[in-house]
Amino acid sequence: MRTIMTGNQAVAEAVKLAKTEVIAAYPITPQTVIVEKLAEMVDSGELDAEFIRVESEHSALASVYGSAVAGKRSFTATSSHGLLYMYEMVWWVANARVPLVMSVVTRTIGPPWNIHTDHTDILTMRDSGWIISMAENVQEAFDLTIQGFKICEELSLPFTAGMDAFQLSHTSEVVDLPDQETVDEFLPERKQSYVFGDEDFTVGSIGPNEYTFKLRKDTFETMLKAEKVVEKVSREYEELTGRNCGLFEEYKLDDAEYAIVMMGAWSGDAKDAIDELRREGIPIGLLKLRYVRPMPRKIKRVLEGKEVLVLDRDCSMGVGGILGLELKSFVDNVSNVIAGVGGVDVGVEELVKMFSLFVEGKLEETWWFV
Amino acid sequence: MKIEESIVMPGNPSCQGCPHVLGLKALGLALDNPVLVIPAGCSTIIAGIHPKATLKVPVLHVPFASAPAVAAGISAAFRRRGIERNVVVWMGDGGADIGFATISGAAVRNDDIIVIVSDNEAYMNTGIQSSGTTFWKAKTTTSPTGKKEERKDLAAIMLMHRIPYAATASVGYLNDFIKKLEKAKNIKGFRFIQLHSPCPPGWRFDSSKTVEMARMAVKCGAWILWEFDGKFSFSQVSKPYKDKNKRNSLAEYLRSQGRFRGISDEEIKEIENAVEKQWKYLEVFEKL
Repeated sequence: MRTIMTGNQAVAEAVKLAKTEVIAAYPITPQTVIVEKLAEMVDSGELDAEFIRVESEHSALASVYGSAVAGKRSFTATSSHGLLYMYEMVWWVANARVPLVMSVVTRTIGPPWNIHTDHTDILTMRDSGWIISMAENVQEAFDLTIQGFKICEELSLPFTAGMDAFQLSHTSEVVDLPDQETVDEFLPERKQSYVFGDEDFTVGSIGPNEYTFKLRKDTFETMLKAEKVVEKVSREYEELTGRNCGLFEEYKLDDAEYAIVMMGAWSGDAKDAIDELRREGIPIGLLKLRYVRPMPRKIKRVLEGKEVLVLDRDCSMGVGGILGLELKSFVDNVSNVIAGVGGVDVGVEELVKMFSLFVEGKLEETWWFV
Repeated sequence: MKIEESIVMPGNPSCQGCPHVLGLKALGLALDNPVLVIPAGCSTIIAGIHPKATLKVPVLHVPFASAPAVAAGISAAFRRRGIERNVVVWMGDGGADIGFATISGAAVRNDDIIVIVSDNEAYMNTGIQSSGTTFWKAKTTTSPTGKKEERKDLAAIMLMHRIPYAATASVGYLNDFIKKLEKAKNIKGFRFIQLHSPCPPGWRFDSSKTVEMARMAVKCGAWILWEFDGKFSFSQVSKPYKDKNKRNSLAEYLRSQGRFRGISDEEIKEIENAVEKQWKYLEVFEKL
């Protein structure tokens, strides 16, 4: 069914269609509408689920950890300071290998207080063991959320679907929603590697150091396997809906000598900028990351022989953009630019200027673009 | 008690005279089929080191401030799966300090869980640091000359959340604790018990005297046993000590613990006044 809705509404629809049974969330701008919409659905009986009205984000993730570990499909959503407040639980859930889905509406971190987008918040999760995805548009925010439930349950790892504050969360776009039967066919009953309370066993007790080591190693290896699982699940989803939501998207990349790498809503503007430069005959294309974890290692092959510019809406102080650092670890010829941090507007015009400078070889490395 | 009746196995790594183990054994007698949610604290250690475990019930270890919220999630999942088990949070006064908002949130929502705070009046697991419930003037490693801050009445604060069941208990009176648990388990919603748990190494008394110390606290009126199940009442054990004249010596209780070494008569008088005030406001609840 084609309809018009905001990113926040689309995520709530995805959570409903996934037949999520326990939801706990604490409101924070710009995620609030997800929480409100789900609370309405539960209260009206449209969604048969428990809604736990927690008093903090720490408790939001703690509660869905409890419900997920005890066997039920669970969801929470947060943003920025909320994510930082629950940070302890972020790691706990991943290390306990409990599948659940969390939406992160990306928002910068204060001070100064600022509710607009950048990718600093979601990238604090980078090393924790979560599967981390990022949407370009409302349709992807919906699709990634639905697929997240399947991916996390296959890998026994938590899944986050990121989307940019306001640019997606509060912007209405046309979305194609699958019907319940289609989602049911795609998403089987929840499965997980262990369920708390069924047998007399302890979870999370003190263990010898070797167990911690073994568990981290196992999560590391699972993350390597995750590339295949994401691709498999995205193919299954494509068969039913016609939409592919794999690890990354290539845009006019085949014959490109110059490649832009980025993630999130501004990738849409980058496509327009690339179209404009293409009209001028410049062989430039885009590689849009949908996933940061697992980091798709295949992109090394795709980017081989090209001049690469990685665009970051985040930074690691004094070193560079976080995605830039990641790509430099396994791709040659990478330049890196930090822009749009704190929600500073970067539109098609700015991107055309930036990409032109890059092509002309005049772009300063780790340039704070304004 | 026969070993096979206890949910705590022998050879567990608790200290000699540990009050938590007494409490856990009583809990195992009173509740059928409990699952325990345990945040960081002494009980994390008592529960044993993987792959061994010392508690014969399912235990979920969770971060310090999260326990009642995790329990709320488990309880929601159990409800949807039709599983009837008591979801019990077993935590210390440290967990209750750092997780104060978490307990409060769960109480306000009336989550269907039992929260037991086994209160040994300091952060014992990290080496005896002062907590919100540390007794007035008590010396801890972060209050080496005696606690100067106030002491919060956690159980009364929980009572004021208008929860269906709140009580205090003591490891010196396990029958009273068991009776309270048996009542609590048949009530739906949020149930809270603050269990007074004198700690031999933390309070500096001989490990053979845990029960004796717990009883001294009650008999001198410093720890007051009460219950709210819709109506507030002082528990049978504590009732006589409403009368100030029937209370045993507070000085004797304090001076039998190393944590009050060197306490002056003047300071004891101050504490006596604080204890008396505690009785007075609880008597107001009784009259309601």
